[in-house]
Amino acid sequence: MSARRVFARPARFAAIAPYVWMVLFFLVPFGFVLKISLSQTAIAQPPYTPVFDLTEGLAAIKAAFGELSLDNFRLLISDNLYILSYLRSLVVAVTSTVILLLIGYPIAYGMARLPRRWQSVAMMLVIVPFWTSFLIRIYAWINILQHDGLLNQILLALHIVSTPVVWLSTDSAMYLGIVYSYLPFMILPLYATLAKMDVALLEAASDLGAPPRQAFWLVTFPLSLPGVGAGALLCFIPIVGEFVIPDLLAGSNSMMIGQTLWLEFFTNRDWPVAAATAVALLGLLVPPLLLYDRLQRRQLERGG
Amino acid sequence: MAEELAKIETAAESVGPAPSPAAADMPLLRIEEVGKKFGSFRAVDRLSLDIRAGEFFALLGPSGCGKTTLLRMLAGFETPDEGRILLDGKDIAQVLPHERPVNMMFQNYALFPHLPVRDNIAFGLKRAGMARADIATRVAEMVSLVKLDGLEKRKPDQLSGGQKQRVALARSLARRPQVLLLDEPLAALDKKLRESTQAELMDLQRRLGTTFIIVTHDQEEAMTMAGRIGVMDAGRLEQVGPPRELYEAPHSRWVAEFVGDVNLFDGEVSSRDNNRLTIATRDAGTITVAQPRQPVTKTIVSVAIRPEKVKMSRRGPVSDAGTSHAINRLEGVVTEVSYLGGLTTYKVKLESGAVARSSMANTARLDIDAYSAGQRVVAWFTPDDCVVLEQ
Repeated sequence: MSARRVFARPARFAAIAPYVWMVLFFLVPFGFVLKISLSQTAIAQPPYTPVFDLTEGLAAIKAAFGELSLDNFRLLISDNLYILSYLRSLVVAVTSTVILLLIGYPIAYGMARLPRRWQSVAMMLVIVPFWTSFLIRIYAWINILQHDGLLNQILLALHIVSTPVVWLSTDSAMYLGIVYSYLPFMILPLYATLAKMDVALLEAASDLGAPPRQAFWLVTFPLSLPGVGAGALLCFIPIVGEFVIPDLLAGSNSMMIGQTLWLEFFTNRDWPVAAATAVALLGLLVPPLLLYDRLQRRQLERGG
Repeated sequence: MAEELAKIETAAESVGPAPSPAAADMPLLRIEEVGKKFGSFRAVDRLSLDIRAGEFFALLGPSGCGKTTLLRMLAGFETPDEGRILLDGKDIAQVLPHERPVNMMFQNYALFPHLPVRDNIAFGLKRAGMARADIATRVAEMVSLVKLDGLEKRKPDQLSGGQKQRVALARSLARRPQVLLLDEPLAALDKKLRESTQAELMDLQRRLGTTFIIVTHDQEEAMTMAGRIGVMDAGRLEQVGPPRELYEAPHSRWVAEFVGDVNLFDGEVSSRDNNRLTIATRDAGTITVAQPRQPVTKTIVSVAIRPEKVKMSRRGPVSDAGTSHAINRLEGVVTEVSYLGGLTTYKVKLESGAVARSSMANTARLDIDAYSAGQRVVAWFTPDDCVVLEQ
């Protein structure tokens, strides 16, 4: 009874806190964005109409509601600039996630097989790049990849190429940047699932006649799928909306949706279309987010 | 009684060094001078052991004695640094685990959590390239053998501890291994379930005729199930023999103390004749013991008597003229009485300050014969019940 008195109120507050947070910092701003996405551009301050003005009475607000329309979303569908941007975002995200998986899995696997004391060292090495600002690291890549950058100097010095190779402003550079930046997000969940796997399972597999390679595909890999799912979604979702890396490293002939959004917002100053793009992007990301959530929950239910 | 004792001791002697290898009576499994070191720690120290086909053999010892390492070398998870492991005459010491005709039941079962019971059992059969139809038949056979009918589609998470244990057993037996290795197979079960499972394991082993090698730290478990037990300490086999022999004719102080409870009195041989030794002990006066078949050569020895062979009475044993001179009597005061249901154990403090333990079966419901703390008693035992240990 007394325990209840002691814990009830803070516990209740703790349970509500995330919802308060979500409402204040996600739902309310999202409401603004949604409203702007239904508005029209205007050369004004703010650059759209209608504007709800609470001082002009109920009738004016009602009229303003009447002015809202889905025109911007129709534009998103009719102009293939937007559809192509979405598609490119998806292609880039899928391709990057596959590359990340192919690179991240062996690294995570290797880490999980290291002796205990070396595992924490390897973990540090994976995390250490976070100590430097993300933006600075991308600028460092620009330095490395540019015409007279480190990479070309090395290639020239080793006589692998005779003239400098164009790296910067290519898709390769963008993929390099994305894979480089997101690798820890792939490695960490994979490592977490692989490290807690019981070694006895592999011994059992080999005891029952499975050579190491078979044991990997029949036991280790299927058991690491929750980690694969978590890592893939953890990378895929933010890569779809990625702006900085394609903007700094990729060429300008095709854009990811994040770049298109930026362009609409800052260059065209078309807030409503930019807002509609953002809302549509969110809609695009909801299914994988739900999937991620379900995977997480299933893993929790399994007790680990 | 003396005859029976002689029988036990004869058996004890026959378990010495292995007889010279003759192809005909070659044991199924021969472990020859096998050693394994981890860093500077000798886990298994040049150990030799023969196991016959169809035997139920237990490796018993305290934790860290090397029994699990030895078992893992038989399974192939560890490679011996020296020595040979001959299975059916072929050295398998360097053969990889997936290529050995040996299977293991793991301590925590190591069931594949992503596979249902059926696929867990079929795992080894599929790896052996068995035909689909044959696999189905064999799985069904194993399922009914371990009484898991109706649970084939369950995942390991949906099974109780006892059911998991059965799946593990079925999985390890499915390939019909020549030797089944069991690593503490019952350690995770509660006491009641453990007892019934012991009986089932024994029954299964008899029916299949498979050679079972079990590792356990539980001596009761080893004695219940195994035909022969190897007691291990510090990487070496201290003694190998049937349970009765280990208990009634231990070779060393260590074995006497590890297997069951024992009273040990150190002393010096003061006189010997044809069938009696007289030993002057430090704590329990003079004790007369039967001369063992293997003559005692040293003079500094220990006398070991199991507590249940120490009887107690208020005035000393009723003696008939023929045997009275040989009965050993220890006078003392009862200091502790522990009633355990089927039996009661007593601690008797002798005049020297040493403690003798006695345990007596509670054969009657009423406690007219019980002793209580503070009572003066005579603890007595016959020369035949004593074992003389030279180490």
